[in-house]
Amino acid sequence: MTPHMLTRSLDRGATIFLAIVAACGILIPLSNLLLPADSFLQVPTYLVALWGKYVCYAILALAIDLIWGYCGILSLGHGAFFALGGYAMGMYLMRQIGTRGVYGNPILPDFMVFLNWQKLPWYWYGFDMFWFAALMVLFVPGLLAFCFGWLAFRSRVTGVYLSIITQAMTYALLLAFFRNDFGFGGNNGLTDFKDILGFNVQAEGTRAALFALSCLALIVGFLICRAIVSSKLGKVLIAVRDAESRTRFLGYRVESYKLFVFTVSACMAGVAGALYVPQVGIINPSEFAPGNSIEAVIWVAVGGRGTLVGAALGAVVVNYAKTFFTSGVLAPYWLFMLGALFILVTLLLPKGIVGTFNAWWAQSKEKRAATSVSAAAEDGVTEPKMAE
Amino acid sequence: MNVMDTRATSAMLYLDGVHVSFDGFHAINNLSLTLEPGEMRAIIGPNGAGKTTMMDIITGKTKPDEGTVLFDGVTDLTRLDETRIAELGIGRKFQKPTVFESQTVQDNLLLALNVDHSVKATLFWRGSKAESERIDKVLETIRLTEARNRLAGSLSHGQKQWLEIGMLLAQDPKLLLVDEPVAGMTDVETHLTAELLKEINKTHTVMVVEHDMTFVRELGVKVTCLHEGTVLAEGTIDQVSSNERVIEVYLGR
Repeated sequence: MTPHMLTRSLDRGATIFLAIVAACGILIPLSNLLLPADSFLQVPTYLVALWGKYVCYAILALAIDLIWGYCGILSLGHGAFFALGGYAMGMYLMRQIGTRGVYGNPILPDFMVFLNWQKLPWYWYGFDMFWFAALMVLFVPGLLAFCFGWLAFRSRVTGVYLSIITQAMTYALLLAFFRNDFGFGGNNGLTDFKDILGFNVQAEGTRAALFALSCLALIVGFLICRAIVSSKLGKVLIAVRDAESRTRFLGYRVESYKLFVFTVSACMAGVAGALYVPQVGIINPSEFAPGNSIEAVIWVAVGGRGTLVGAALGAVVVNYAKTFFTSGVLAPYWLFMLGALFILVTLLLPKGIVGTFNAWWAQSKEKRAATSVSAAAEDGVTEPKMAE
Repeated sequence: MNVMDTRATSAMLYLDGVHVSFDGFHAINNLSLTLEPGEMRAIIGPNGAGKTTMMDIITGKTKPDEGTVLFDGVTDLTRLDETRIAELGIGRKFQKPTVFESQTVQDNLLLALNVDHSVKATLFWRGSKAESERIDKVLETIRLTEARNRLAGSLSHGQKQWLEIGMLLAQDPKLLLVDEPVAGMTDVETHLTAELLKEINKTHTVMVVEHDMTFVRELGVKVTCLHEGTVLAEGTIDQVSSNERVIEVYLGR
């Protein structure tokens, strides 16, 4: 990223957002680790893990907002990229278990021993090395998005048709990952993780570090998104969203733009998934469920499509509400409430929380400018009198 | 000798024996038409005469079933897609004004400038003095300097039409296709638009589709009348409007 892109991408809202995320990323782990457990400012470890999960969701929401809010690509299958990133990380964590598994096999994860497999499938090679797994976290979702996008965008599949095939994509992956012979632990997925880079995944320090890293990833992801949308490429994306064929007649290769932004978005979703897995301790095929992807789109709609900050905020707010309501007597009604929330936001706040706030802010600013102009005009009237 | 080096025709645009049908409906029927470099041509014709379909064929939106479409004497347009054709230097203004409503007037022109349109170039783009000077010049030509920071969606209908013409100017194509530029404009605006197009024609080849006869008369250029996807008459506005078959088609007798 060149300096002019960085300065261009940081407006006031972006700076405030980054400051808040950075403060959370530093203060919450510190309070968890350094303050005594009985202090009321101490953040308990379970909350650190829970909020870490929200931050990962916020990264996923950013990824969706980049393509949906700015380029009009409504992906209802972004959970698939999230889950693939998660599986890549999960495979690394499985290989770290080593002989500490139930069957004590130094190479094969427990589920493979259970299935009587004799050797590691080729696609598990390399996942014992962290750098390789980290690369795959970006590469696998990126490659899938690239191939999928290349076919879809070149054939000019848009709108609801695109949304439907993204749903089909994540559903197909769900079915594939459910199969035991697919080699990813089937129904149970990957779990019982022991350590990451030599640190115990359950330890307080590791959890705090993972939380801080998630916040850092959110900051980096946000900066990348801002740099993209505030560049000329961002203007082209909005042009594609608003009038695709017009953009084509101006000589832009619309499919290349969509492919670029879709792939970047998928890589971001992959990173979110990779940070999510060690914090929740499991990854299984249910992460591919079509409903998850739709829920992620709702977070963006609630927070405010095409605002980036709103997407992150929406993810946190909706998930906080989900945690709150699903842990009480209202649990059976959560899905109804989520549906109602989506309908209400669409009807009453079509721009989402941040979009509505921005519109109100711009309006009041205009009003203030208008009153100061009229005040200045009155001054202008009185001044000559005083001169006389 | 390379075949591509020899121009098949001196014309800027050359259509010969073009046919297009949609589900059995012959939208374009043995259409032949040539446009010389530097020429401005007005295309008239009743509804459904195939004027917009013809523009769709030239800009690559619709592929003809048969026939030849040559640009600049060498390029076969029927094999290329919209983006490639735009890159070659054919700009188009749509019938319904199509500007990027949620972006400023200035940004609309910036997007239209004929600079490198690759993903990489736009991602790492930083404004240059030459670019902003060109934008300033276009803004002046289309009389929207005052409105440069307004959202395109907030412009009046006539201003949107001009902005779209301005986008064509920023694109600086060899050939401009202008579809109904004065639809919905006041008399004054219509007059100004005619002046604007005449100005543009000094440096560009232009094809204008228009219903408004006063406007076509004001342009004072060669007129082609289309009917049922084929050329019915060609000549000055007086010749064409006194042609019996043209009168028949227009009055429906």
